[in-house]
Amino acid sequence: MESAIVLAGCAIGAGLALIAGIGPGIGEGYAVGQALSAIGRQPECKGDVTSTMLLGCAIAETTGIYGFVTGLLLIFVAPGMFLGML
Amino acid sequence: MNISVQGAPIYFTIPIFGGIPISATLVVTWLIMAIVTGLCLWLTHDMKVSNVSKRQAVAEFLVETARNFTVGNMGEKFAYFTPFVAALFTLSLLSNLISLVGLYSPTADLSTEAAWAVLVFALITYHKIKANGFGGYLKGFTQPIPVLTPFNILSEIATPISMACRHFGNILSGTVINALIYGALALASHALFGLLPGLLGDVLSQIPFLDVGLPAITSIYFDWFSGAMQAFIFCMLTTMYIANAAEAD
Repeated sequence: MESAIVLAGCAIGAGLALIAGIGPGIGEGYAVGQALSAIGRQPECKGDVTSTMLLGCAIAETTGIYGFVTGLLLIFVAPGMFLGML
Repeated sequence: MNISVQGAPIYFTIPIFGGIPISATLVVTWLIMAIVTGLCLWLTHDMKVSNVSKRQAVAEFLVETARNFTVGNMGEKFAYFTPFVAALFTLSLLSNLISLVGLYSPTADLSTEAAWAVLVFALITYHKIKANGFGGYLKGFTQPIPVLTPFNILSEIATPISMACRHFGNILSGTVINALIYGALALASHALFGLLPGLLGDVLSQIPFLDVGLPAITSIYFDWFSGAMQAFIFCMLTTMYIANAAEAD
């Protein structure tokens, strides 16, 4: 019975962890929109704007990756660890 | 389909000091160190002042790029950081890309990134103390308002943790997604070719034909782009944090 609760908890937790994917999606979409309007205003700085935007997006992605790795750990590593402790 | 996500496989354990595990991380890192050393020796032997060979031109280009990057981010007085930043970038890039040849990527193990982050944290703290003195360093935590001290300490500790986890998370998720794609395509291939009758179906269904092609396309993003990007971001954050720490408040 306890192992059922443990496994269910891990699965539900993994699903909740991936809600963190909303943040970078909204933030990076907004950043790309700003980059596009900057290119529209000044077409010759397209290379600079693009590379700076990609850099900023990769850093903003961090919290989404935190959630993703937590979800991965909960699915693959946590059941073995918690069931071993039971 | 059985996918297992675990840490680095441990090859054997040296039985001193209560057992030092020799894991795949260590072995592949030794291999990468040998590759980088061999590359440096090959690029820089037999150099001339004029009438340079193409090999020397490539070496000069690499050194100039590293120096421009370091000096551009940190200012002229930190030009001596160039070897450190270039070594960090090369190690990180090669560690991320070595999974393309089938070896276990050492950056998929948090120990590697944690070690680099500890180095960077030590450098940041050293430069802060050098710029402000030890009393000034402690006082800097109470800086805008004394109430904010716990938050300042927390953000100080969060710096190396987030640097390590960002790099680790990106690379680990790339390896896991690649494993899942390979596994799923092998399963699909097994089901598809199992429909052929008799012995032909039995033999052909064991060979994962569908594994050719599609994983290469996804690995362009997960291995090449993400690996290079994370190496570049790690080095850029290193230079910016150290430059920030060294300017006296």
